[in-house]
Amino acid sequence: MMQNKWFNILVPVISVFIGLLAGALIMLSFGYNPIQGYIALFKGAFGDLYFFGETIRQTTPYILTGLAIAFAFRVGLFNIGAEGQVIVGWLAAVWIGSTVDAPIYIHLPLALLAAAIAGALWGFIPGLLKAGLGVHEVIVTIMLNYVALYSSNAIIRNVLTENADKTDMIAPTASLASEWLENLTYFSRMHYGIFIALVAALVMWFMIERTKLGFELKSVGYNKHASKYAGMSVKRNIILAMLISGLFAGLAGSMEGLGTYGNMTVSSGFSNIGFDGIAVALLGANNAFGVVLAAFLFGALKVGALNMPTQAGVPNELVDIIIALIIFFVASSYLIRWIILRFKREGK
Amino acid sequence: MDYIIEMLHIRKEFPGVVANDDITIQLKHGEIHALLGENGAGKSTLMNVLFGLYQPEQGEIRVKGKKVSITDPNIANALGIGMVHQHFMLVEPFTVTQNIILGSEPTSKGRINLKQAEQEVQELSDRYGLRVDATAKISDISVGMQQRVEILKTLYRGAEVLIFDEPTAVLTPQEISELMEIFKTLIAEGKSIILITHKLKEIMEICDRCTVIRKGKGIGTVHVADTTTTELASLMVGRDISFQTNKQPANPKQPTLQINNLFVKDSRKIDMVKGLNLTVHAGEIVGIAGIDGNGQSELIEAITGLRKANAGNILLNDKSITNLSPRRVTESGVGHIPQDRHKFGLVLDYSIGENLVLQTYYKRPYSRYKVLNYQQIFQKAEQLIKEYDVRTPSVHTKARALSGGNQQKAIIAREVDRSPDLLIAAQPTRGLDVGAIEFIHKKLIEERDKGKAILLVSFELDEILDVSDRIAVIYDGKIVADLNPEDTNEQELGLLMAGSEMVGEES
Repeated sequence: MMQNKWFNILVPVISVFIGLLAGALIMLSFGYNPIQGYIALFKGAFGDLYFFGETIRQTTPYILTGLAIAFAFRVGLFNIGAEGQVIVGWLAAVWIGSTVDAPIYIHLPLALLAAAIAGALWGFIPGLLKAGLGVHEVIVTIMLNYVALYSSNAIIRNVLTENADKTDMIAPTASLASEWLENLTYFSRMHYGIFIALVAALVMWFMIERTKLGFELKSVGYNKHASKYAGMSVKRNIILAMLISGLFAGLAGSMEGLGTYGNMTVSSGFSNIGFDGIAVALLGANNAFGVVLAAFLFGALKVGALNMPTQAGVPNELVDIIIALIIFFVASSYLIRWIILRFKREGK
Repeated sequence: MDYIIEMLHIRKEFPGVVANDDITIQLKHGEIHALLGENGAGKSTLMNVLFGLYQPEQGEIRVKGKKVSITDPNIANALGIGMVHQHFMLVEPFTVTQNIILGSEPTSKGRINLKQAEQEVQELSDRYGLRVDATAKISDISVGMQQRVEILKTLYRGAEVLIFDEPTAVLTPQEISELMEIFKTLIAEGKSIILITHKLKEIMEICDRCTVIRKGKGIGTVHVADTTTTELASLMVGRDISFQTNKQPANPKQPTLQINNLFVKDSRKIDMVKGLNLTVHAGEIVGIAGIDGNGQSELIEAITGLRKANAGNILLNDKSITNLSPRRVTESGVGHIPQDRHKFGLVLDYSIGENLVLQTYYKRPYSRYKVLNYQQIFQKAEQLIKEYDVRTPSVHTKARALSGGNQQKAIIAREVDRSPDLLIAAQPTRGLDVGAIEFIHKKLIEERDKGKAILLVSFELDEILDVSDRIAVIYDGKIVADLNPEDTNEQELGLLMAGSEMVGEES
């Protein structure tokens, strides 16, 4: 048992290390100094309070999408639709934030709630199709990602604005922006959302580990037949899991809409917050605490990478490759697990 | 001496447990050698050592007198050791031949010569009287045939010594006697066999010698001709075992379960239960005897709410439970020990404690305001573990880590503890050793004596004859005979199960 726990921590750590090593090899082969590159990356993420604030800001939505995907995973579902759920959540939050007029203690919760409901609805659809008709959730969620992207573009252009590229800014009463957090971090865009994300992680942990609902969800994820035999409704649990997963992802969207940007822009492509959430959940071993740590790592990589071109002269494209490599090795932790086991057996 | 394989003073440790401690087994050329022991005694570990899956800490293995080091299964294969696992390792959509050549395909210029392989496999099958069709798809042939494919696989790879791991656990009585014939043919063709089992009858019937292990220790090797089942049983469990289940005559009261004209389809939409009628009274054990696939599973699934009944009704204490949800059925007073304990009975990745509340977790005191109270759950689990003698390191141990017998005891604890009016036990002793079987039979009879109705479904005629107060024979989705166990015997049951009419009713 103890050995197992240690192993579960070791694998992601080694994955990250190998990823960094592979990135270093790429930098070397293109004639850049990997040590300088990584120093730039580190400084870009933690170099001063401004960068640290930005890292936290980037971590915030990752925590929520990581939780969303981890939650579905625990029930044996693969929610690729977190991306679309982020988009609808973002839109719903900005919509309420920019059109409703109310005091902050009503407006902000209302905007957050709208995002959560929008995301939950976007998760409910594939959940319903899976439970009712057996349609595979991966196909449906991929399709719904596109539906979310293009519909919200259309809504921004035609409903929320008169053919403009972005929505109005949200009212201050709906904003998560925080003056003291900004002052604390030399005017980074860090906002109150981080606390919401951390609370969400606690909620997810409690829900999965301590409630009747979590007991049923995990049970269905482990063994559908035994769960049905024990009187649980497999269909209801599948729908609920997708709904709650979507809710977390929808909240992630509101972090961008109410916290970082304060509006929403017409976009030709995905935000990738939802897709990166898959890697965050994998690296975090689908565990709430692990997801928070993994999200922090991803936030640091994303933000720190911005500093690599300026400080170490590594071109942007290469930075993308390096980050992708790190993510690749992180995601392939299965392979690393296998290699370690193999070595262990041979050592004996 | 003419030993083909010797395992001398083998010791194998896992973290925290000694699985094998100083075990010696010597296999003579041309003999059938039984390896007998309770579930979890270390039989499989020992054979996995021989097959190269584990390395022993101490002791040595000799093949034909020469010391060898078997570090992986390929070496075991090369030394002529083949293993037929309990759970078959076959690719379902492939044909028999494709499965057999898998991993050692005969090729010419990079292409597999399937025709030639088919011919070879067919010859091999005919030589050993296995009657396997080399071109059949695995998914189309019976479990018994699939086992023969596994046998062919080892023979095709040139095995001299065949290890069988609980081969009869999945077979019907008919298939078992055919397997025994196959064993004899194998021996006649110069092979040697190690038979891992805890079925004493089979050992007495077919084996030459028997090595007994108990709790990881080698107890010794006996000549089967010089021993009795009683002696073997007490060697295995370390105490005397009674084979005859002690029970008073039944005292049946009002009907608890009444099934009228029930029709149930299977997942292929084919009628499996076809107008079945059955009554089980409070205070009696009704045994359903039948060959697998005659509607037993569908019948149980219909009663327990796992499958829809298409027509007919099911009454529990005069109230209809037809097509209620599984939970409603459970709550109206039905306990169910499912046939497949891994698929239905347990969530293997849950702790044993969590599994023990799988039917009650949502009720007080285990759950209040939708939050689980793990203290109460584990407290209850501790109590059940003690009461039903489930051997587990702790309540937190995953169900997966327990031996089959202890898993089954846990399920029985969970189901019986709720004190249901009707207890359905499907193959409750499948794959268990005599100690556990004795325990389970005792529990069933105890419940009966408390005035509960018990429905026992089993493919083991011994069990049906031994435990039931009344026997209902199922054939082709109907109950075709209702018998008193005292007035019948295996032959008659066997005939009825195969679909022949009752003696005297022939026209």
